[in-house]
Amino acid sequence: MKKLSVKSVVAIGIGAALFFVLGKVAIPSPVPNTNISLQYAVEAVFATLFGPIVGAFIGFIGHTLIDATSYGPWWSWIIASAFVGLVIGFVTMKLNVEEGIDSKKLIHFNVAQVIAHVLAWGLVAPVLDILIYAEPIEKLFAQGLMAAVANIITTGVVGTLLLLGYAKTVVKKGSLEKED
Amino acid sequence: MARVAILNYIKRSSPVHELTGTTKLIFFIAWSVTSMVTFDTRVLLCMLVIGAVIFRISRIRISDISVVLGLAAVFLLLNNLFIYLFTPEYGVELYESRTLLFSIVGRYTVTAQQLFYHLNITLKVICVVPIALLFIACTDPSEFAASLSRIGVSYRTGYAVSLALRYTPDVQREYRNISQAQQARGIDLSGKDKLFTRLKNSVAILLPLIMSSLNRIETVSNAMELRGFGKEKKRTWYAQRGMKRSDWLTIAFAAAILTVGLTVTFWDGSRYYNPFLQ
Repeated sequence: MKKLSVKSVVAIGIGAALFFVLGKVAIPSPVPNTNISLQYAVEAVFATLFGPIVGAFIGFIGHTLIDATSYGPWWSWIIASAFVGLVIGFVTMKLNVEEGIDSKKLIHFNVAQVIAHVLAWGLVAPVLDILIYAEPIEKLFAQGLMAAVANIITTGVVGTLLLLGYAKTVVKKGSLEKED
Repeated sequence: MARVAILNYIKRSSPVHELTGTTKLIFFIAWSVTSMVTFDTRVLLCMLVIGAVIFRISRIRISDISVVLGLAAVFLLLNNLFIYLFTPEYGVELYESRTLLFSIVGRYTVTAQQLFYHLNITLKVICVVPIALLFIACTDPSEFAASLSRIGVSYRTGYAVSLALRYTPDVQREYRNISQAQQARGIDLSGKDKLFTRLKNSVAILLPLIMSSLNRIETVSNAMELRGFGKEKKRTWYAQRGMKRSDWLTIAFAAAILTVGLTVTFWDGSRYYNPFLQ
């Protein structure tokens, strides 16, 4: 495995802290007893900026911290969270958001996040749940589907707005014009 | 932001606190692997008792962790409820026999097998909770990174974990400041607004938070680079402690739980303990 750069190490650490804090913040959602999970939007943005390895570690460490401080780690969903970061980071590897952003890049980002969430909550989490907890398939897929839809909406709206906001603050290459 | 229930390191003197982080990490991993793999009620019950004993020894009080326990209870209740709603006769399938106790309405019957399945799945979670909580409550966070590198995780990853723990309070404080500043400007996150507005409003908090986090990443990684982080293959840890006799005994105990637990579970060739087919 390639060694993590110093910047990646720090990005994982602070990204995981963000994931953890946001996971603990309760923003009520329309469905009773559930909250909007903003942490996945942030994970998606970090995965886009720093790559798949950083994204995966943010999901893994952040989600483990959330679970370990509430009801003991639920490993299948932790791994699914890591998987989300990995896939988004991988698909958006060549996106170069630092060089500005246009609608094509935003679509690319959203395709990546939809693929990641569908695979993670529709496949990885239920399959691991069956292996570890032998829960009934019907319940798991219904649960996974709900999680996928909710996360796709939050990541789609919040993540996209965050990327746009980020791109505005970066000074673009060739933004200086020569005066006549 | 409402006060959130975050479990922290609770400093006390007890035999569990005395153990090195490495020992506790190994114990925790062995324990969670056993509880994840096994579906054997006898093993799970034994683990529950052992867990309770360890909890007594650790001098952590129930009142220290009551919020967390409440959350775990709600989580378990919902999970069991969902399983029953979706598949009321899943236990019948799993244990290959059917003992009808009574039926509620339509397909919602209550069978002994289903109840037994619920008991097992609940035990599986309950077993891990005390040990996971103890692990968090009794391990000094600064020692944790050292223990990770001790069991073979690369020190860069270990360092990332300890950075996460170090910066959590800072990020939390920053979140609270930004969120209060935005609330003063009339941006509301509570249930009063529409969902889409609420999502949009959350960006007003998240964007400054992410920008300042990116700055922080820049500053911290520059500082680490200046001090030569990552130059050598290995590093030493200030918080690392030497292993004592009690550490080795605990590790041996963890290994025993893992082997005995798995042997008993798979003795009859299946991970389920089936009292219905005897």
